[in-house]
Amino acid sequence: MNSNIKSKLKSIVGEANYFDSYEDRLVYSYDGTPTLQKLPEAVLFPQDEEQISQVLKLANQEKFAVVPRGAGTGLSGGSVPVENSVVIVLTKWNRILEIDEKNLTALVQPGVITGQLQKEVEKIGLFYPPDPGSLNVCTIGGNVANNAGGLRGLKYGVTKNYVLGVEMVLPNGELLKTGGKNMKDVAGYNLRDFIVGSEGTLGIITKVLLKLIPKPSKFITILSYFDKLSDSAQAVSDIIAARITPSMMEFLDNTTINCVEDYVKIGLPRDSEAILLIEVDGKGSAVDEDAEIVKNILQKNRASFINTASIESESLKLKTARRAAFSALARKRPTTILEDATVPRSELPLMIEKITQASKQFDVLIGNFGHAGDGNLHPTVLTDERDKNELEKAHRAFDFIFNEAIKLGGTITGEHGTGLSKKHFLEKQVGIPALEMMKKIKSVIDENNILNPGKIFTISPRCEGSLPTRREQIKDLL
Amino acid sequence: MNQIDKNLELLKILPHDDILQQCMHCGLCLATCPTYDLTKFERSSPRGRIYMIKSVARGQMEINETFAEEMNFCLDCQACETACPAGVKYGRMVETARIVVEKTIYKNKFSIKLKRFLLRYVVASREILKFVSRLLRFYQKSGLQKFLRKIGLLKIISKNLFEIEKLTPEISEIFSDISIKEVEFPNGEVKFKTAFHFGCLMNTMFADINQDTVDVLKYIGCKIITPREQVCCGSLLGHNGDMEYALKLARKNIDAFIKHDYDYLISNSAGCGAFMKDYAHLLEEDPEYSEKAKLFSSKVRDIMEFLSEQKIHLDFQSISYPKHKLELEPELELITYHDACHLAHAQKITSQPREIIKSLCGNNYIELDEASWCCGSAGIYNVVRYEDSLKQLERKIENINRSRANIVLTGNPGCIGQIKYGARKFDLNIQVLHPITFIKNYLVKSL
Repeated sequence: MNSNIKSKLKSIVGEANYFDSYEDRLVYSYDGTPTLQKLPEAVLFPQDEEQISQVLKLANQEKFAVVPRGAGTGLSGGSVPVENSVVIVLTKWNRILEIDEKNLTALVQPGVITGQLQKEVEKIGLFYPPDPGSLNVCTIGGNVANNAGGLRGLKYGVTKNYVLGVEMVLPNGELLKTGGKNMKDVAGYNLRDFIVGSEGTLGIITKVLLKLIPKPSKFITILSYFDKLSDSAQAVSDIIAARITPSMMEFLDNTTINCVEDYVKIGLPRDSEAILLIEVDGKGSAVDEDAEIVKNILQKNRASFINTASIESESLKLKTARRAAFSALARKRPTTILEDATVPRSELPLMIEKITQASKQFDVLIGNFGHAGDGNLHPTVLTDERDKNELEKAHRAFDFIFNEAIKLGGTITGEHGTGLSKKHFLEKQVGIPALEMMKKIKSVIDENNILNPGKIFTISPRCEGSLPTRREQIKDLL
Repeated sequence: MNQIDKNLELLKILPHDDILQQCMHCGLCLATCPTYDLTKFERSSPRGRIYMIKSVARGQMEINETFAEEMNFCLDCQACETACPAGVKYGRMVETARIVVEKTIYKNKFSIKLKRFLLRYVVASREILKFVSRLLRFYQKSGLQKFLRKIGLLKIISKNLFEIEKLTPEISEIFSDISIKEVEFPNGEVKFKTAFHFGCLMNTMFADINQDTVDVLKYIGCKIITPREQVCCGSLLGHNGDMEYALKLARKNIDAFIKHDYDYLISNSAGCGAFMKDYAHLLEEDPEYSEKAKLFSSKVRDIMEFLSEQKIHLDFQSISYPKHKLELEPELELITYHDACHLAHAQKITSQPREIIKSLCGNNYIELDEASWCCGSAGIYNVVRYEDSLKQLERKIENINRSRANIVLTGNPGCIGQIKYGARKFDLNIQVLHPITFIKNYLVKSL
């Protein structure tokens, strides 16, 4: 990127909000995704919509890429910079603009931290359910861009179920406003749902209107241990079949249990094959009834230990421990590659079996945990990125796992997004017509492919310039 | 030697690449980092700093002013270590990076040389420190301090100096190495054989806390050996880029203590306790001292940790049984507890002091919001980076104010001095005490 462009960028956002030293580029060259890294040309902290708009206009003129970023905790490389790009960081846009207690909505800036919003609304008896593992760090903007899920997805759904409206700057610099406080609104295409999960490829989110719900007044957290993996999976299926919808149903396998216990030291059973952490919530005695049924099912499936934690602090400890699972696995090996293959809930026992099989067949260490209640698993390969041979084995294991998930009617990603790390599986997952439609939409909205290009899918450059002359140039197309 | 080798050479204190590789940049540390919270810049976060250290170690990045600045901007509070599920030893990394900075680009910086000199030959040298402290006491008591503050002479020299001068705690009248005998016996039978480290600054500035510690230990039946040859623990030096001298002090302390017969080495300063527990690791590769250091470190206990550990054996009614509640007027005396970073994050001691305090004051105890968020004292951070430290202090004082507590307990002299200063600066009427003083006061009342 030439210095002329850089000085234009500097004059748009102001000297104090423009960074291009090696150190500053370095610390925005990654997000939470293992093994991916790329230095941006510059890092910008724009102050308002107008500045974002001007940066995007300049990007169209000068043909450089713009990568939006929140807290950088994503797990599919969505905010990892690309070739010739600048990063726009929105962590400083962190004000809650309004909490409307009459309509039960919250209007927030994209940099508001999810956990902080939850704390604020819970103070007045309201509830914002989506709770990704990184909720104390991650931002609402990032959650919307990735349609983030979490522990409570089973009962309360994911981010898309709570987004009422979005404001964002489009790649051409225009400001788009869609949605509003209406609970029903069918005017035109449902752009709002289309923007949720677009991974920063269609616009830069500048405001989000969120739906809030009343906070459940009671919850019971149940912890259970299993000596056999298959028993725990069966218990999950039985609970769903019994028409109970827990607010949370989390699964951890033995490897994960040990790593988490190393971190939290709360006496988790190191020799159990699996843990199920279940929470039921709601109002009054209905919660107790549900809890009883759940406990009976756990018992029937030979749980070796069942305990109820009804004090908030105790339950919070368990949930915090579960949320730390992914990072805790890094205690075992230096590189942890996490995926989130998801299958229809009835196929969960089979999927868990397939993951165990992958571990054996490809000789890789896999820690498995996840949101058992919604079929969303997080098989995590524990490896070392410095060892190319090991890394190769890990990739083969994941190919196998993804293929099996697809065969079972599942998906390659339940909640982390496609980003860079899963885009090669996308075609297999969604099929050619769907993929083509996505690409067409992208190229209409972002004519010059400047906004987070190369994420989700690659748009092949249009036929300009010289034709390919060597076989390597077209080998991807063959 | 090329740049890569040079940097690797400098960073060789980091055992090997694995310690750097362990950070999988998930970002969970960001929420707990006081400096990231201030700037919202990734480079002021543990994850960003680790990435920079990694790049320097791999020769991809030069050590420059920005790098040095970020390493020193860090409070080394280690809240990120508590938050890190992967168990990354961030504190060790940043301390090593500081050593590297001071050996390279800050090598000839006057302020660094001055800092090093003061730490080595004033703070860590008991006789000199005592001499300087006496001068300070004279300054404080003779009316000179009042006079200088009134005419604002220091303000003319530097606004920060004027403020920092007020940070100096009141110098004790009698220093601990004089008031505490080399061997102290309890009144009754000896139940525990302990040794006591009275610290460097604690010795001259917080001698009363040392006295309270010894009094309580005696009360519960401890024989206490306080070797005269003991020296400063070295933590202030170790955390500020002078590990070489810190280790010298560590060896001296090991020699001073290890020849005595004791089961527990008691420390009442979170920073010292944490550092002395770390001797085992720091001297791991010293053939002569590695074994001795392991033994030495294994016996170190924070005073509150010790009391909590022994409470079932103690005839210390007030601690074993909550029935003897301190008779406090509800709402009039509210007590809260601030976690010293090097107690909570470095030594993972959080519940023990609370348990004991609660057992003494029952319903008059109130939990402090963000209790384990650094107060900004951070060793000598509040002196060398006064302005940055003030922002953290303001936050702490605000939380204390909101808690409505009027007694704040905390287990580290640095925090005590800092919060006292904050209370004066922001007009908050509170008492700041070490928990051991609180216990001692209780004992005096109940006896």
